[in-house]
Amino acid sequence: MEFLSYLISGISLGSVYAIIALGYTMVYGIAKMLNFAHGDVIMIGGYISFCGMMYMGLNGWLALVLAMAVCTVLGIIVEGLAYRPLRQATSLAVLITAIGVSYFLQNSALLIWGATPKVYQPLIPLTNDAGTPNALRLFDGSLSISYISLLTMAACIIIMVGLTLFTANSKMGKAMRACSEDKDAARLMGINVNTTISVTFAIGSALAAVAGVLLCSFNPTLMPTTGSMPGIRAFTAAVFGGIGSIPGAFLGGLLIGVIEAMAKAYISTQLANSVVFAVLIVVLLVRPAGLLGKYVPEKV
Amino acid sequence: MSQQKKRPATKMVPVQTNAIVPDRDADKSPILECHHLGIDFGGLTAVNNFNLMIGRTEIAGLIGPNGAGKTTVFNLLTKVYQPTRGTILLDGNDTSKMNTEQINRAGIARTFQNIRLFKEMSVVDNVLVGLHHEMDYRLPSAILRLPTYWRGERIARERALELLSIFDMQDLAETKAGSLPYGAQRRLEIVRALATNPSLLLLDEPAAGMNPSETSELMDNIVKIRDLFHIAVMLIEHDMNLVMGICEGICVLNFGEVIAKGSPDEIKQNPVVIEAYLGKKDGKEAGNDG
Repeated sequence: MEFLSYLISGISLGSVYAIIALGYTMVYGIAKMLNFAHGDVIMIGGYISFCGMMYMGLNGWLALVLAMAVCTVLGIIVEGLAYRPLRQATSLAVLITAIGVSYFLQNSALLIWGATPKVYQPLIPLTNDAGTPNALRLFDGSLSISYISLLTMAACIIIMVGLTLFTANSKMGKAMRACSEDKDAARLMGINVNTTISVTFAIGSALAAVAGVLLCSFNPTLMPTTGSMPGIRAFTAAVFGGIGSIPGAFLGGLLIGVIEAMAKAYISTQLANSVVFAVLIVVLLVRPAGLLGKYVPEKV
Repeated sequence: MSQQKKRPATKMVPVQTNAIVPDRDADKSPILECHHLGIDFGGLTAVNNFNLMIGRTEIAGLIGPNGAGKTTVFNLLTKVYQPTRGTILLDGNDTSKMNTEQINRAGIARTFQNIRLFKEMSVVDNVLVGLHHEMDYRLPSAILRLPTYWRGERIARERALELLSIFDMQDLAETKAGSLPYGAQRRLEIVRALATNPSLLLLDEPAAGMNPSETSELMDNIVKIRDLFHIAVMLIEHDMNLVMGICEGICVLNFGEVIAKGSPDEIKQNPVVIEAYLGKKDGKEAGNDG
């Protein structure tokens, strides 16, 4: 039973990583760049929903919608101002720019909201007014799953399925896949590559906002650096599952979450990160393209 | 080749200085006009003083030895390269301000010398990328799956299958494009280009790597496409049977300059063309009347 509850907390944490990893993987798949600022968009999403609830009196759900809207716009602006001018530049230049954007967002948040951690009001409170935990109790109460965990897992599955359907069936999804394979050919077929990349960033950033709200609901302290560590873990998850692959990001996110929870429970809390990254290294040694990624050998 | 059918020669008539179009297109304005088109790469002039006019329903050939600048001309027409000099008029409109994507929407579609399909996508999805702008629903209705989305996708899919059926490929719709046999990949590239609803179709070496019977079928298909869609086709090809068999006007390029223009029969007789392809005969100067 103890194992089951660790597993469930791992899966719900992993679901958040998966939602973040989906953003990484989509942007990488289509724009062929690592958007290291993605983690900081999560943090901005958290702060926006925090402000929505604190200063505008919105309820949690409306604050979530507000955060998604703001992050979508932020994603499009960041892409247009920072990455679009570098479309023909080397990938190293884009990577450095992404790191720069990441610091810019962190320090802007520091300037606006200060360094003092904010106490975040979870989307679903952990306990109800009567003081009993808001959780689904199974096996006569020996296993309890908090509603926020259930919500996270459900959100993750809905987003994964929705994105898969979107990229498979809609015209924008097809344009995205076309851009991901061959931008020049797509352009010659009348696809507006810049718009397609903007939409990708918009979707990725909206997902980051969802992840931000869920993350802060689990871990209700909000700081300008809140997004960095989950961002890096989610990036790991995306690489783990095979970067560029949507099911890969989902699988990678869940596995990283479970491995982290298990390592914390059975090995050591301090060593949890080391274990996660050790597993990543082993997986990449065996499957260099990640679990579901495609290894493309170079033709000679 | 023995399979080649004899087609009646089209009568070519001059419409303007230095330009000829098929007689059936003579009273219509040309679909494409290039005036003094040129591009330099650094100090190297790849194409210079390229003048061409293509009739509304003409099948035009662009030939020349390797490295003559044929594909560069296609890249100029589709704005993959920005011309250094000269103007391109598509249907009478100046294209100098357009980018690649806008050129395609204005009516030029192309295929590639080395096949550039979206290999990981299915055959029908490749065609649907070409039909992108035919689907008029907007992003929110795709996310929310509104009826306009379903209608748009259904109509586009029907259209894609209809286009595939020109080449008898409708049964391959769900196959991954990358796993098609070579000839079918070339055909799919043409279908994908047709899906963008062009008025001028550029084919870059459509018969490359094909055997004689496939080439002969391709020739029939190019003529069929022209007759079905009433569009102009311009092709780069090294297979002289194909070029002489279906092209109505031929433009010969050498070292980035047009050395001859005319009907297949005129080109065949032209000493400058023969010289460019085979080299100079010993002790004899080739004439320069192309």
